[in-house]
Amino acid sequence: MKKRVKTREHLRRRLILFLILAGILVLISILAPLLCPNDPNATSAANMNKPPCAEFPFGTDRYGRCVCSRVLMGSRTSIYSAVALVAITFVVGMALGMLAGWYGGVIDTLVMRTADVLLAFPQMVLAIAVAGILGGGMGNAMLAMGITGWTLYARLARAQVLALKEEAYVHAARLSGCSSWTIMTKTLLPNILGSMLVTAATQIGVMMIGIAGLSFLGIGVTEPQAEWGSMINSSRAYLQLAPWAVLAPAIATIITVMIFNYLGDCIRDYLDVEGGVER
Amino acid sequence: MGKYILRRLVHLVFIMIAVSFLTFLLMYLSPGDAAAKKLNAQGVAVSEEVLEKTRESMGLNRPFLVQYADWVLHALQGDLGVSYKDGFPVAEKLYKALRYTAILALTSLALAFAVALPLSILTALYQDTLLDDITRFFSFVGNSLPNFLISVLLMYFLCVRWHLLPLVANQSVKGLIMPCLALSIPICGRFIRQFRAEILEQLGKAYVSGATLRGVRQGYVLKNVLHNSSITILTIVGLSIGTLLGGSVVVETIFRWPGLGKLAMDAISNRDYPVIQGFVLFTATVYVLINLIIDIAYTWIDPRLRETGGGS
Repeated sequence: MKKRVKTREHLRRRLILFLILAGILVLISILAPLLCPNDPNATSAANMNKPPCAEFPFGTDRYGRCVCSRVLMGSRTSIYSAVALVAITFVVGMALGMLAGWYGGVIDTLVMRTADVLLAFPQMVLAIAVAGILGGGMGNAMLAMGITGWTLYARLARAQVLALKEEAYVHAARLSGCSSWTIMTKTLLPNILGSMLVTAATQIGVMMIGIAGLSFLGIGVTEPQAEWGSMINSSRAYLQLAPWAVLAPAIATIITVMIFNYLGDCIRDYLDVEGGVER
Repeated sequence: MGKYILRRLVHLVFIMIAVSFLTFLLMYLSPGDAAAKKLNAQGVAVSEEVLEKTRESMGLNRPFLVQYADWVLHALQGDLGVSYKDGFPVAEKLYKALRYTAILALTSLALAFAVALPLSILTALYQDTLLDDITRFFSFVGNSLPNFLISVLLMYFLCVRWHLLPLVANQSVKGLIMPCLALSIPICGRFIRQFRAEILEQLGKAYVSGATLRGVRQGYVLKNVLHNSSITILTIVGLSIGTLLGGSVVVETIFRWPGLGKLAMDAISNRDYPVIQGFVLFTATVYVLINLIIDIAYTWIDPRLRETGGGS
């Protein structure tokens, strides 16, 4: 079996490429209000379901709103919410996992058993139920995804802390009189942060899909706020009349999720961290 | 072995108590008054007097834990309450819908597995060939596509552009094609990536080189490799069950497939809380049971685990 050796240089170049692509996406979302050709929320009875033209690059939807502007504004919702959600669940999960691993005992049991119970539900089923009961809105959708999201980081952090706890330098720190807080933040955290961040990077795409899915079902981000999932849902009944109103946000979602997923993979490959977690 | 299963069953009881509690809590904490929601779902005009009567008849004036205990005791007897909407027993509704979700989920899983296994073996054996590159690209794309996007794209291409299938499908085999594809494509993409990685890892082990050097036939080596990969493959398949159950909600809603997911989404839009509650409890139970079966299956595949008392 021949093997094409992937050099570190090759991996580095790929990583940089996808960092740039992801950077462009983030830049687009930051500059979205300046890039919009039209007002994303302006409805117009005269321009309903218009095919792409010079004025409306991606056509208009059933309310005569500019699809291009809505896709651009929707990038903010999708990217910001996914990144914010990953950041919050990452911090909360890692903190709980480290506490559980370090102190053990009651804290450990409490945190890990809670995680076990939450993982007894299929993630999206619980998210759909929570979002469905709480009603729409970005905050509720993020809460619904986050309820189970933190468990991933908690489990990883706990496992790593348990392994590191018996290392000589941790014992040394303890013997030299460092407080638990100092050991956790100064000794343990730098050691586990790298691999934890890699996992977080691979989760951005997953969370993006989740939030878009909830919005698509009408229990996430709701109209008139522009979001790709809800745009696809509201235009889907007009698929035959105005396919562009569905295809534009669909393509935007595919491209964004793929770039963030690839970026996560690239970071993992580059840092060569074993065992990516799949959920 | 028996001890291990017993321990798992005890664990299962505790998990199910916690799961049912959480499910009940979720509904209890839901915004709004349950009696008002019931009356609204039935389209009854709400007056204070009627509200009070309904609260009384629903037992909402009792303490929280009493209500929970009552609900669990009924649930254990297969009584999950009645729908606010039409007064039908929730358990009966779930039972009717289960058949459709089972058909959809199992066909999708079978399809994804049947495509992924041979492809991952081939791509692992012929690593970095054109076939490998193409498969890897498509599995990556598939893995990045949300179910709802695939559904909408399938509808657009198969129904609107190429007129291969009717837009409004029924519960026939023809109607199963699109929901099944929408559900299996992302899972298939993930299967290929993970199966391939596992088979590659096994191929790199010393026993493979040893057998190959001794001139053992490739087919025979492959048989051993597959046997050694089977635990990981089973784990991956087990993890996909949750994705399948979640994805089926989306896909069933889009294609109007009358399964559990569609039932749940209809219940959510009607604010029919007993049905949502029943759906969450039922799905979690199925999920937990499937995971238990998979854990027991590990010991059946790998006799070593029988000694130590099971996998993860």
